Amino acid sequence: MAGALTRVIQGTKPHLGIIGPLAINVNNVPVRFQQTQAPSKDKYGPLADSDRVFTNLYGRHEWRLKGALARGDWYLTKEILLKGTDWIVNEMKTSGLRGRGGAGFPTGMKWSFMNKPSDGRPKYLVVNADEGEPGTCKDREIMRHDPHKLVEGCLIAGRAMGAQAAYIYIRGEFYNEASNLQVAIAEAYQAGLIGKNSCGSGYDFDIFVHRGAGAYICGEETALIESIEGKQGKPRLKPPFPADVGLFGCPTTVNNVETIAVAPTICRRGGKWFASFGRQRNSGTKLFNISGHVNTPCTVEEEMSIPLKELIERHAGGVTGGWDNLLAIIPGGSSTPLIPKNVCETVLMDFDGLVAAQTSLGTAAIIVMDKSTDIVKAIARLIMFYKHESCGQCTPCREGVSWMNKIIYRFVDGNASPKEIDMLWEISKQIEGHTICALGDGAAWPVQGLIRHFRPELERRMQEYSAAHGPSKAERLY
Amino acid sequence: MLRQPLSRALALTSPVRAAPLTARRFADQVQAQPEKVEVFIDDQPVHVVPGTTVLQAAAQVGVEIPRFCYHERLAVAGNCRMCLVEVEKSPKPVAACAMPVMKGMRVKTNSDLTRKAREGVMEFLLVNHPLDCPICDQGGECDLQDQSMAFGSDKSRFTDIHFSGKRAVEDKDVGPLIKTIMTRCIHCTRCIRFASEVAGVDDFGTTGRGTDMQVGTYVEKMFLSELSGNIIDLCPVGALTSKPYSFAARPWETRRVDSVDVLDPLGSNIVVATRTNEVLRILPRTNEEINEEWLADKSRFACDGLKRQRLVSPMLVDSRGNLTPVDWEDAIVATARALRDCPPDKLLAVAGDLADAESLVALKDLVNKLGSENTCTEQYFPLEGAGIDLRSSYLLNTKIANVEDADFVLLIGTNVRFEAPLLNARIRKSFIHKETDVALVGPKVDLTYEYMHAGDSASIVKDLATGTSSHAVARRLEQAKRPVVILGAEQLRGPEGAALLAYTQQLALKLHDKLADKSWKVLNVLQRTASQVAALDIGYKPGVGGALQGGPRVVYLLGADSGVVTREALPKDAFVIYQGHHGDVGAQIADVVLPGAAYTEKRATYVNAEGRAQQTLLAVSPPGKARDDWKIIRALSEVVGERLPYDNLDEVRARMSEISPALVAYGDVQDNNYFAQATALAQSLQKSLSGKLDVKLKQLEDYFMTDPISRASPTMAKCIQAVIKQKQSPY
Repeated sequence: MAGALTRVIQGTKPHLGIIGPLAINVNNVPVRFQQTQAPSKDKYGPLADSDRVFTNLYGRHEWRLKGALARGDWYLTKEILLKGTDWIVNEMKTSGLRGRGGAGFPTGMKWSFMNKPSDGRPKYLVVNADEGEPGTCKDREIMRHDPHKLVEGCLIAGRAMGAQAAYIYIRGEFYNEASNLQVAIAEAYQAGLIGKNSCGSGYDFDIFVHRGAGAYICGEETALIESIEGKQGKPRLKPPFPADVGLFGCPTTVNNVETIAVAPTICRRGGKWFASFGRQRNSGTKLFNISGHVNTPCTVEEEMSIPLKELIERHAGGVTGGWDNLLAIIPGGSSTPLIPKNVCETVLMDFDGLVAAQTSLGTAAIIVMDKSTDIVKAIARLIMFYKHESCGQCTPCREGVSWMNKIIYRFVDGNASPKEIDMLWEISKQIEGHTICALGDGAAWPVQGLIRHFRPELERRMQEYSAAHGPSKAERLY
Repeated sequence: MLRQPLSRALALTSPVRAAPLTARRFADQVQAQPEKVEVFIDDQPVHVVPGTTVLQAAAQVGVEIPRFCYHERLAVAGNCRMCLVEVEKSPKPVAACAMPVMKGMRVKTNSDLTRKAREGVMEFLLVNHPLDCPICDQGGECDLQDQSMAFGSDKSRFTDIHFSGKRAVEDKDVGPLIKTIMTRCIHCTRCIRFASEVAGVDDFGTTGRGTDMQVGTYVEKMFLSELSGNIIDLCPVGALTSKPYSFAARPWETRRVDSVDVLDPLGSNIVVATRTNEVLRILPRTNEEINEEWLADKSRFACDGLKRQRLVSPMLVDSRGNLTPVDWEDAIVATARALRDCPPDKLLAVAGDLADAESLVALKDLVNKLGSENTCTEQYFPLEGAGIDLRSSYLLNTKIANVEDADFVLLIGTNVRFEAPLLNARIRKSFIHKETDVALVGPKVDLTYEYMHAGDSASIVKDLATGTSSHAVARRLEQAKRPVVILGAEQLRGPEGAALLAYTQQLALKLHDKLADKSWKVLNVLQRTASQVAALDIGYKPGVGGALQGGPRVVYLLGADSGVVTREALPKDAFVIYQGHHGDVGAQIADVVLPGAAYTEKRATYVNAEGRAQQTLLAVSPPGKARDDWKIIRALSEVVGERLPYDNLDEVRARMSEISPALVAYGDVQDNNYFAQATALAQSLQKSLSGKLDVKLKQLEDYFMTDPISRASPTMAKCIQAVIKQKQSPY
């Protein structure tokens, strides 16, 4: 424990060597941090240990309040709260933090939507801990090893938007995580950190944990709100957005766990510090999950805009059988289009870099597939997942995704007409952008990625099939 | 305006989206009209109030956007995605039904993007829709058919038909009225929203996810609602069709005649679909002031009763006491002889529940010419005080549509849900959308919404009227800005009826005196039958009690089937003439039967509970030798020797307008006044009330058979059986 404390203090010496004076002169703190960072750079990563936000990602230290305090959580929280809404929102805006749940909406701006003149309705913060995206396992690490970061983040974010309570909607399967989180909340209540007069700031704030029941769609913010309200998890139409009519009909902001959990550190170390990582508009540090055909799958906090190749080689022990054995990578969780090896060589892991590569950062869950992978089957399995998890509310997703599922499983065997490749592409385009929520998009993109980069493979299978079994029945319609 | 949070609907239904209500006539205060915004639909400018949806704005310039799930009277679901349109500067097409307009929005309803989006959605809808149109009852009136013609692709590319085929879903059994073919369902959720919002029965919902999602009742269960038939009309495809009408006809084969329903007192507007002189089905016809576009189940499904138990030939009692068919001549002569031989004071005419105004006038004229004043209705109404002299005493003065504007509704001794289902639907609508509160004095019944139950003793009304009540209802009535008091006419039958009416009038007057808006009407009396208002307007005496005391020698029953005139109550040698269309209670005791026409078989006038005259049109001709009712009486008058001075319908109606212009002011309803005078005249009747209020129609099974037509209907019989069976089920 003492070791951990030492590490924190040593690691952050340039910044935190002034724990004493900090407590006395809070206002100077952010200013001091700003001076240590270079204004621009062209090399991103590796992240210095001293710049890590999640210092107990691997659970090597105590996760309870004692350990959290030792790592610097709940430090000067009262002072941060007392600086008020505008200061916190401004700091978030300065930090350039973009939502870590996949869509990448600027967090500061999102929080500022909540600060409209009140009409008497209470406001709520909802934390999306329904981490169900295949490949993604960042939030659970936070919640089981560093739950106080989240609890403190809820308080600060709640203060920034004037919310009176936070609801943490945690995935039902995360039993231990929910348990740890609940313990952390109880500790925080007992220590007076949250609840009435949180941290002695005069601000009342409650945190509730709500466990989900295992539906992926409940990770969509409005479906999540419906689920908390006790209804079927079916996304709502937007507008009105949750910031106008959200949980129980009140203004609500839904944020990802990681977004909330980094907020206290940003407030303590300053937005400028956070903004110093990564490229312009993609700033900050980020948890990356690397899974699949790598030697040491892991979750690691890294600087944004780190090259994908470096990330894999440095933290995941490289692709099994060497980099040349790489077939493709899904860079941001199962809903993002895959990118083939040649793109992986150079792509930078941030929002803009991956958009340029016709994919998306998503939740930064990197799924590595080496050449032993049946890529068509892998994507087909993902589509089956989306088919199973589609809520069934709106037509394109309900009918389209199950149709895609049927087609792509025929593609696995090659029992299809080559013309159906274009048809599948069109169907995916007919789903994308036509649905109530983004699940339809998320189901369409993997297929688009597959067709974009592996069309010859699909055609090869069809030729093989027709050589062995004669023309597919699908040819009849053409 | 769009999707206001509705705390009440919230308790019942998932989408918190309110359909915009129809325009208000009674604004709470002088509300500042919000400034209109200009939007462009296909470059046509249109000015709409903020909060209007793109779809509504487009409708204002005559651009119809295709839709399946959207329905103007239901909450917005936005799930079919058929109404996607391109909006300039929006990267994705937006759902027109749910998107509120924004200033300067430019909507393109016919662009490539829009057309492609529609075609895509259409293709998806058809992926799992069985192409069984040739055997589908919706064929010809199917939104999916029509819209796939207009907006769909010209060819199929559903290759998987050769592999896994289409989805198949097990059919549900939701009762004897609605046939379900769930494979055809496109999951628009209109039926679910109707059930939970309008019908107030939360039995429908979805189970399962994604392509396995099913619309159903969770557990197999009957749709226990008196408005269930409306989901057949709402269903845009053939998933919900009419069970009694299944495989009966195609819509293009039927002739449609506009008419008016007579099976409840509201006079809902209907369309009678006929083929080869047979009523095949009855559909609602939109009338915003009465039934909107809904229709109650009895009005819709009892039409098969029109073909059964009919009186098709005149009949005379033979020597053995059996009714035997005879010619018109014999029947008329026998009837005329009886009428002529009868001393005037011993002649009694009784009008039944389904009698039209024309025959009521003709019968009264004939009886009067014969020197008798004994014309009565079966339903009772107190004659003490103002009696029926003031029309406002026996009408639904607030009017059906205005009930929506009420902020407090007090029901006295009426189960509106079954006596006038669509009035109840209006009250429920204002309960949900307008925070109207409801209180009931009478037996505790399920009205589909929450209400304050003040108890069932009549003295509560007295306490409320005299201001001695300390009940919460009294306080709420005091505060109400638009109170409505609805008294069930059924309660006026007993000895305390007059006092109850007097106190209700006093209460209404007291409330009215406090109102800022004096044009608001408080007092309502809800009649039970379609004929009663016209009969009272014409001058029939309500109730047969007194007339029977006199020991009538000849009783002329004009469709009097509710059983208030019985053989036991008449002298032994009394001669009973029954004129009507069904062999029901009245015909059983008759000595001579004159077969008349049912409401679908004649052009006739009915006045609904509001006092609104409406006419039915001839949809089919009367069966067998049956004839138009007023013509029978006219023919009879000739033989009796007291010729009535009208030979055609216009002349009858001219006579009606002499009696009361309101009887021929079709579609109009006049405002009634003289509430204070009626109350003053009834002052002396305010005696103590000790009885309990009870209603006849308590449960759903009581609702289905209340008149000769519905009693003859096999469908209604099946409904009663099904409801009783459902009530025994553990679900």
